[in-house]
Amino acid sequence: MAEIIDIKVNGKQHRVEADADMPLLYLLRNKLEMNGPKYGCGIEQCGSCMVLLNGKAMPSCVIPGSAAAEYEVVTLDGLARGGKLSIVQQAFIDEQAAQCGYCMNGMIMSATALLSENPKPSDAEIRQALNRVLCRCGTHTRIINAVKKAAAQMNGTQKEEKP
Amino acid sequence: MNAFQESEIGGESEMAKFAGTSRREFLRNSGRLLIGFQMLPFVCAAMDDKFTAHPVAGNGKSIDSWLQFDSEGILTVITGKMELGQGIRTALMQMAAEELNLQMDRVRIIVADTAQTQDERYTAGSGSIEGSGNSIRQAAAEARRALLKLAADHFNAVPEKLTVENGLIQYGAKSIAYQDLIKGKQLEMDVTGNAPLKQHTEYKLVGKGVARTDIAQMAAAQPYYIQDMRLPGMVHVRVLRPPVYGAKLVSLPRDEVLKLPGVSQLVVNGSFVAVVAADEYQCIKALRLLREKAQWSSPALSPLPAGLYDDILQKGTGTETVEEKSDVDKGLSGASVKLEAVYKRPYHIHGSIGPSCAIAEWKDGLLTIWSHSQGVYPLRRTISDLLNLPEGKIRIIGVPGSGCYGHNGADDVAGDAALMAMQVPGKPVRVQWMREDEHQWEPYGSAMVLRIKGGLDAERRVTAWQTEIWSDTHSTRPGGNAGHLLAGRDLEKSFSFKSGGFSGGSHRNSVPLYDFSAQKIILHNYKGPLRTSALRSLGAYANIFALESFMDELAFKAGKDPVAFRLAHLKDQRAKAVVALLVEKAGWRRDEVGKGGWRKGSKELSGEGFAFAQYKNNAAYCAVRAEVLIDPVKKTYKVTKLSSAIDAGQTINSTGVINQTAGGMIQAASWTMMEEVVYDQKGIVSTSWDKYPILRFAEVPHTEVFLLDRPELEPMGAGEAAQGPTAAAIANAIFHATGSRLREIPLLPEKIDWKKLS
Ligand code: FES
Ligand code: FES
Repeated sequence: MAEIIDIKVNGKQHRVEADADMPLLYLLRNKLEMNGPKYGCGIEQCGSCMVLLNGKAMPSCVIPGSAAAEYEVVTLDGLARGGKLSIVQQAFIDEQAAQCGYCMNGMIMSATALLSENPKPSDAEIRQALNRVLCRCGTHTRIINAVKKAAAQMNGTQKEEKP
Repeated sequence: MNAFQESEIGGESEMAKFAGTSRREFLRNSGRLLIGFQMLPFVCAAMDDKFTAHPVAGNGKSIDSWLQFDSEGILTVITGKMELGQGIRTALMQMAAEELNLQMDRVRIIVADTAQTQDERYTAGSGSIEGSGNSIRQAAAEARRALLKLAADHFNAVPEKLTVENGLIQYGAKSIAYQDLIKGKQLEMDVTGNAPLKQHTEYKLVGKGVARTDIAQMAAAQPYYIQDMRLPGMVHVRVLRPPVYGAKLVSLPRDEVLKLPGVSQLVVNGSFVAVVAADEYQCIKALRLLREKAQWSSPALSPLPAGLYDDILQKGTGTETVEEKSDVDKGLSGASVKLEAVYKRPYHIHGSIGPSCAIAEWKDGLLTIWSHSQGVYPLRRTISDLLNLPEGKIRIIGVPGSGCYGHNGADDVAGDAALMAMQVPGKPVRVQWMREDEHQWEPYGSAMVLRIKGGLDAERRVTAWQTEIWSDTHSTRPGGNAGHLLAGRDLEKSFSFKSGGFSGGSHRNSVPLYDFSAQKIILHNYKGPLRTSALRSLGAYANIFALESFMDELAFKAGKDPVAFRLAHLKDQRAKAVVALLVEKAGWRRDEVGKGGWRKGSKELSGEGFAFAQYKNNAAYCAVRAEVLIDPVKKTYKVTKLSSAIDAGQTINSTGVINQTAGGMIQAASWTMMEEVVYDQKGIVSTSWDKYPILRFAEVPHTEVFLLDRPELEPMGAGEAAQGPTAAAIANAIFHATGSRLREIPLLPEKIDWKKLS
C-alpha cells in the first residue's frame, strides 16, 4: 500500500512515503505541511484544494499524489519569490478580498493560472476561470477587483520592461 | 489556574513548528508578553509569569479585563468574541487604539479563550461591536483618563495641559510613554463608564477602512485556520454519523476496520462510532468502510418535502401574539382594497466552505479544546455536561475556521473531539468533518410559512396589517446542554435534547417598521423533521422577504411606485435617509417606459426591485435594490446587480461594513434564487455541492454598497442586515420584469409564469 513517491513541489524535490492512492491534497497538507491547499469537499466541487499542475489550476483532492508526481506542482505556499508575495497575492491583500478567506487559496491559484495564460482577461473570462471555486462569504466583487488589479499591474510591469 | 496554564506551555521547537517562527524571535519582534492570535494563532497559552498572574483578569469590570499593556508599549485588547471572517479583531483594535491615541501597529488582540478572555457568550446577532466593542471603548477611555492622571502627577501638571501622541504623553517639551507610567503593572481600576469618550470629530482610526492584517496571513498560506493546526503526536479521527436523525447502530465491521493499515482504535459508545489513525487519509479510508458496511435501524423522516408546508400549517402549536396595535379585524373589514398572500421558505444550510474541525487534548487531568465555536464559554459548559468534568478542568481556545454564518457544526465537532480526547489520553486528537457530514448534520435555517393580510383605505394607505408566522426554532445552540451536541444524543447513556423555547428568532423583524394604524403579528411554533438552529439573521430573512414582498404587492394594488409607497408609510428619518441614498446612488426605474420591465432603448427584458428593513428593528438600516435580466427564450433569469445603502450608526471599519454587506447580499441571493435542503424518508439527500448548488462566480451579481456613516451616533450591528431585504428585492424585481409574483423560495425560474410574457 504505502510507497515511496518522488514529487516536485514549489521547485523542490521531495521524497515521501504514502499510500499510493493518497490524494495529492493530503500529501501536501500532511506530509509536506503546506497550508495553501485546503480541504473543502474532497470531490472536485469546491476548489478549496486548488494547486497548479504544470501551470494549470487543478483540484488536488482526487488526483493521487503518486499520479501528480508526473507534474510540476505549485501551491499557494510557493508563490512568493525571495520573501516577496506574488502580484496576485498582493492584489488580494490590497483589495482586502476576503472575509473568512477559506476560499482564497482556490481564488489565487485559479487567478494565477488565468493570468499566465491570458494577461488581459475580460470580466467574463475572470468569472469563468474562478467558477470552480466556491465562496460562501460572498466576497466575489472584491475578488474580481483583485484579479483585475493584478492583471493591470502585470501588464504595467511588462510595458515598463519593453522599452 | 497556574498549573493548567503551565501544562499547555509548548516547547520552543513545537511552537516554531506551527508558527513558522521561534518564540524568542516572536517576542523580540513584537515585544509582546501576552500572545494573541494576531501573530501566532496556535500557541496555546500565554506562558509568561506576568500573564499567569492575570488569568482572565478582573470580572469584566476592571480595565485590565479588556486591555493590557506590556513593557514595550504594546497594547493587547482582550475580547471574548470570535473572529468569524467579519473582521471583528481589526474593528475592536481600532476602537481601543482610537481612545488611547495609539497607532494600529502597537495594538494586538486576543480573542475567545476561556483562559484569557471574558465570558461574552456568543459571537452572534451582529452584536459584537455593540457589546464587546462598547466595553473595550469604555475601558480604553478609562485607561486614558487614568494614564493622563498618572502623567499629570508625574509632571506635576494638570491633565488638561497634556497631549498624547501614539502612546506618548507630552507636557511641553517633556514626555513619558504609557508603559513607563505604569512600570510593568496593569490598570486594575474599575471601568466607571463615565470617562469622557473622544469626540468623533477627532477620530483618526474609527470610521476608516483599516486593513485587516489577517488577510495577509491567509494570502501567504501561513497557518491561520484551525484546519492548519499540526500538534506534535496528533492523531486523526473520523466520526461515523448515523444515516438519519435518531438511527441506532445495529452492527459494525469491527475486525475488518481494525485490520486496515494505520487504524489504531475504533471507539463505539451506543451509536457513537469513531475511528482513530495517525494518518488522516488512512482514517478516511476506514470511515468509508464503516459507512459501507455498518448496519443501522433507522426511523423514517417525515413529513416529506411535498407535504412539509401543509404540515407546518396544520401542526403549528400554540399561538404567541408578538405585537398587537389597534383592531386589525375592524381595519381589514373596513378596507377598500384587501389582499392576502402566503410566503414560504425551505430549509437552508450554512454551508461553510471548510467543514467543521476541532482538536482536543486530555493531558494531566486537563482538557484543552481548540475550536471555531461562536461561544467558547457556553461550549465549555456543554463539554462539562457531556464528560461530567468540572469546567475548571476544561479550556476552550478559539481558533478561526471557515466562515460559519451562524450555528454550524463547530460545537458538534468540538464535542466529538472532547469525547475522543478522553479515549486517546496524552495525544492531541483532530476531528475533521467530511463535506457530507457538514451538509447533512449541521443545524439548518428553519423552513417557514408566512400568511399576511393587508388592507388599503380610499387614499391607498395601509389601514391594517396582519402577519401569521409558522416556524421551527432558530436557536438550539448548546448553552450547557450536552443533548444539543450530536454526539451527546448518540451515546449509550444519551443526553436528551431540550428545545429552548426561544421564539425571538422566529419573529425577528416581523413587526413592520412602517406606520400602520392597526397591526397584529402572530407566531405559531412548529417542530419540524430536520434539525434547525441559528442561520445568519434567523427568522428575519423570511419575515422581511414576506413583509417587503407584500409591501410591493400592496403598492402595485394601490397603483403607486413601490419606493414612494414605502416612503409614504415611513416615519423614521434614518430609514427614509437610507432609502433616499440608495435611490440617489443606484437609481430607481429611471429608464422605465410604459409597463413592465422593457427599458428604453433596450431589447432585453429587465426588472428592478426594492426592499428595506432595519435589522431586528433596532440595528442597521439597510435598503437593497436588485436588477434582474430575463431571458424569455431560455426561460431563465439572472440577478445582474445588487446595490445597497446601509446605515450602521457610527462606522468603525468602513471596508469591513461594505465587505459584510456585499457578502450578505450575495449569500442571500444564493439562498433565495436556488437553495433548498433536499431529503427523503431515508435522510438528507443534498449532501454535496452538486446536490445543493449555491451561486458560483459566473452567476454572481455585481454588488455595490453605499455607506451612510453617522459618526455622532452609537455603532450598530451590520453583518446580517442585508439578508432579508435582498430576498424581497429579487422577488420584487422578478415581478417587475415578468408580472409573476413568486412567493416561495427558492425563486426558481420554472415558477415564473412564462405565458404572461408571450
Ligand atoms: S476539496 Fe477539492 S474541490 Fe473541494
Ligand atoms: S471569503 Fe469566506 S469563503 Fe470566500
